[in-house]
Amino acid sequence: MKLFYKCTAAITAILLIALVSGCARLNDGVILAGSTSVQPFAEILAEEYYLLHPEKIVDVQGGGSSAGISAAQSGTADIGMSSRRLKENESALWSVEIAKDSLAIIVHPQNPVNDLTMEQLRDIYSGKIGNWSELGGHDAKIHIIAREAGSGTRSSFTDMVMGDVRISPKALIQNSNGAIRLLVADDQNAVGFISSGILDHTVKPVSLDGVLPTGENIVSGDYKLFRPFLFVCQAEPTGETKAFIDFTLSSHGQRILAGEGLIPVAKGVIEP
Amino acid sequence: MIKFKEKLSGRIFFALALSSISVLALITVFIVVKGAPMLGAVGGLSWDPEYGEFGIIPMVIGTLAVTLGAAVIGVPVGICCAIFLAEFAPLKMRNIFRPAIQLLAGIPSVVYGFWGLMFIVPFIRDHLGGAGLSILAGSVVLAIMILPTIISISEVALLSLPPHYKTGSLALGLTHWQTIYHLMLPAAKSGIMAAVILGIGRAVGETMAVILVLGNAVAIPDSILSSVRTLTTSIGIEMGYAEGMHQEALFATGIVLFVMIMIINSLAQYVVRKK
Repeated sequence: MKLFYKCTAAITAILLIALVSGCARLNDGVILAGSTSVQPFAEILAEEYYLLHPEKIVDVQGGGSSAGISAAQSGTADIGMSSRRLKENESALWSVEIAKDSLAIIVHPQNPVNDLTMEQLRDIYSGKIGNWSELGGHDAKIHIIAREAGSGTRSSFTDMVMGDVRISPKALIQNSNGAIRLLVADDQNAVGFISSGILDHTVKPVSLDGVLPTGENIVSGDYKLFRPFLFVCQAEPTGETKAFIDFTLSSHGQRILAGEGLIPVAKGVIEP
Repeated sequence: MIKFKEKLSGRIFFALALSSISVLALITVFIVVKGAPMLGAVGGLSWDPEYGEFGIIPMVIGTLAVTLGAAVIGVPVGICCAIFLAEFAPLKMRNIFRPAIQLLAGIPSVVYGFWGLMFIVPFIRDHLGGAGLSILAGSVVLAIMILPTIISISEVALLSLPPHYKTGSLALGLTHWQTIYHLMLPAAKSGIMAAVILGIGRAVGETMAVILVLGNAVAIPDSILSSVRTLTTSIGIEMGYAEGMHQEALFATGIVLFVMIMIINSLAQYVVRKK
């Protein structure tokens, strides 16, 4: 009797452990994981790829840039997607830039401020400039909105704008581009940064040092706030993985990305 | 044969019960193993994972502030509502109120959060100033969410009092309100306390509703219009992207939260048993 209970207990435990650790790889298709900024574009690429090669499976998952890079490092994913440059300790990985994306600084459409310098932007986010009147706007407190720690968008912003200066702890934190856009569209005194691929009429992008984030300005390099979208692999890719990356970098793949609002890396592809 | 069936069913239920307990054990072990290495490092005042700072004091303060706010708003309303249902409401009205309150408990928390973001946040921004995403907004949303817990448990506490308490008191010439205030409320005190504590426990553990309305800033708040983040929202907002020490620090946050909720729940059990 006692033995029976022990057996039941042991079997239950084994089953539970199997359940918990049962993340073994099941298919032999290509698995992409990482940045939620790159994810929607990778999904579109995967759909198109599926139409061309219905027998090949491409599976796209989110998780964030850092998670994607470490998934590529450990081999859990064939391709890690990153919306930031690789850090020093990650530079041993193989990576390729698939497109560029720019960050737009957005305010409420009725905010009279149209232009900021890079320095003003840094001072706003560090909390040094706290009132719109210091920038030629109304006398109102600036509500700064940032992304959460670990987000590729945040770390690109930190690299390109903040340098060694820290983002104020009083910054409101939202965990998606869409949430920031929603808040800024609703709050006359808010400022935020989002991927310019998702700009719409509910918010107003400000020009940085006099340059607006238009397609032309980003391609020409005049608009300074852009970041690479990377595919990261453990080592030089082969087989199925290589085929998918080649497709992404082909003029067909690049045209898809350009059509979705990204800046293609390949020369000669239609300008956005 | 019947005996065998009896034995077999007993064993099957035992196995199922065991599996639910093992899940609890697994979760506890998992959180502790993952979080323990960073538990010593989370005592600071500043949370900035990019700079290797993992202090969760601002989140503890945020949790306490939002929970206190929810209790200040929700507890009086909840207890009054329970008194109304137990003592004043005509049967017909009671039959409408009770299911309605139970329905309130069944609404998914993210819906409360979205409603808060759409109505409470703009209201605060337009009438009281600030960004609207604030302790106050979180407290209002949580207060509504803990109402069903407080109302139903307090009502049961009031209804389960022996009927002769009330009849005796009324016979001695006390008015209905005097009976409620001087006799029934003190007599049902432990049940009502348990209701309040369990309500607070729910408020501490709630993530999805407040993640949308708190603003999630990591600064120590200076007014009820400041944005804060609670322990739960900190985990919810950053876990997706976290790795390495950052992830361990979030698990350590989970341990702190786990301990807080265990203390609150055992307090509730203690209060009920003390009676």
